[in-house]
Amino acid sequence: MVRLKHFLFLLILLFAMMRASFAALTIDITQGIDGALPIAVVPFAWAGTAPVQGATTAAPENIAAIVASDLRRSGRFAPVPESDLVGRPSHGSQVNYTAWRALGIDNLIVGHIKPLVDGTYEVQFQLLDMFKAEQLVGYKIRSRRSNLRRTAHQISDLIYQALMGVKGAFDTNICYVTVTKNRRHEKIYRLAIADSDGYNEKIILETKSPLMSPSWSPNGLQLAYVSFSRGRPEVYVQSILTGQAKRVAAFKGINGAPSWSPDGKQLALTLSKDGNAEIYIYDLGRGTTHRVTHNSAIDTEPVWLPDASAIIFTSDRGNGPQLYQVAVNSRGALSRPKRLTFEGSYNARASVSPDGKFIAMVHRIEGSYRIAVLERETGYLRVLTESRLDESPSFAPNGSMIIYATEYKNRGVLAAVSVDGRARQRLQLNQGDVREPAWSFFKQK
Amino acid sequence: MKKQLGIVLLIAVLGILAGCSSNSKKEDDSSKTATSNTDATHGAEMGGSGMATEMHSGQADALSKRVIYFEFDSSDVTSEAREIISAHAQNLSQNANLSVVLEGHADERGTREYNVALGERRAKAVQELLVLQGVQPSQIQVISFGEERPAAVGHDESAWRLNRRVEILYSGS
Repeated sequence: MVRLKHFLFLLILLFAMMRASFAALTIDITQGIDGALPIAVVPFAWAGTAPVQGATTAAPENIAAIVASDLRRSGRFAPVPESDLVGRPSHGSQVNYTAWRALGIDNLIVGHIKPLVDGTYEVQFQLLDMFKAEQLVGYKIRSRRSNLRRTAHQISDLIYQALMGVKGAFDTNICYVTVTKNRRHEKIYRLAIADSDGYNEKIILETKSPLMSPSWSPNGLQLAYVSFSRGRPEVYVQSILTGQAKRVAAFKGINGAPSWSPDGKQLALTLSKDGNAEIYIYDLGRGTTHRVTHNSAIDTEPVWLPDASAIIFTSDRGNGPQLYQVAVNSRGALSRPKRLTFEGSYNARASVSPDGKFIAMVHRIEGSYRIAVLERETGYLRVLTESRLDESPSFAPNGSMIIYATEYKNRGVLAAVSVDGRARQRLQLNQGDVREPAWSFFKQK
Repeated sequence: MKKQLGIVLLIAVLGILAGCSSNSKKEDDSSKTATSNTDATHGAEMGGSGMATEMHSGQADALSKRVIYFEFDSSDVTSEAREIISAHAQNLSQNANLSVVLEGHADERGTREYNVALGERRAKAVQELLVLQGVQPSQIQVISFGEERPAAVGHDESAWRLNRRVEILYSGS
């Protein structure tokens, strides 16, 4: 009996371990930046005092750890290990600036988390400059328990903005497609969304037929994607909150490559209903389609410029796939397509940076498919990645990083690279393949 | 590694627990009801049914081949493939009750949506040759799966060459 109890205890422990290890995506920083800014994030003080009814004895989330991990992932910061901290201040007034300066720390983040009587939490933080001995930014944020991770990401965004001059993209989401096999060795496709650090994965759709090309609506509330559930590629739009899906394009032939217009009212699509793969604009409200391209070559993978003035797409009308740009309004083309890429024999699947200045793409070089970035103004092409089957690049909404799909140890994994190619990380599933990432826009308040 | 160890330990513990308990339940397979497989099963097995019998052996041989292979990023039909397509064209034009699905595929290299379009172009190249040789367009349906349904797994040319293909799938009679 005693033995059985022991086993039960072990069993519970193991389940707890496994639950933790089944966190959907794990992130490995594979390359940081030399000269990343040293920063210290002091564990936030837990200001829970006399136990109120049901109150916990420790903070329900480790805010400082989430913030430090966000900052490290950006490649711009080198948070010092907790064991190296020279004190545990929770407020600027308690900081010994000299001691932190001696440690080589430029910036210090301190704060506290306090349970309130209504069951919510008050999270306060300060970003302190060790040389000027002053506060750069500081906020008090009210949060619910289920929202504390998000609060931590919002703090990371504010710190990133204060120090880098650009809004952080930590409080954002990614979506992706996973492929695993069930016990009958059938492939199971899932469309999932998660926080930008891989946490809080939610499965949006599960099916035995291929899923492709997920695309975020600008308001972050819907995903468009391609499903083969009826035996051929068709385009769906699905609400993330309700799970309700609507089939929006099911013409004869290909229905694919959905991309939302910046105002969220239209989708650019690839349809082959009129012969071969061409670009169309589909009006979600009216249900009308307007043809953009007219060419016997393949035209596909349309994406909009952020100002909606043009669509960039892949076409093999020249020799092999290259990127082209065509000026559009809501009813079709306003110009003849203009070729954008000239380096190499394969340039496809554009993702435009949020400021419209850069285009990420799949670029073939020496037989390998890599992610490259084209600076539109100068035409300068920079190859960012080094493996051989990289695809599906997608810009973070602040333009700092590009998430993409690649192959690692014979499995499909996601990776992210900074636009300058200096910071890298890998996001991996415990089993199976993960592919076709898309980074959301900024969340709307 | 830790996780694998965890699973091994868990299985061991489960085994011991199952041994301790007399009314331990077997894992219930039926609890996981199979979701209906909505993928079209294209009736590849039905293909034999409508085969014309008075073929020369060479033609019958060509007719038994149902997969046309392609070069990288190409939808050009090789002369060897043309013979296979001709045999199917003859079979289809002589048997108006037969119909085929031409399923276009690509290898994993390059981008997924481009590969869907490439798979379609390959299938349409085969379709064009069939129609030129007298097959009614209504007997042919074209579908592209791009790189989503590889015939061979693997990340090198030995798998890729088998995946750049059009499958001729007879359906119905």
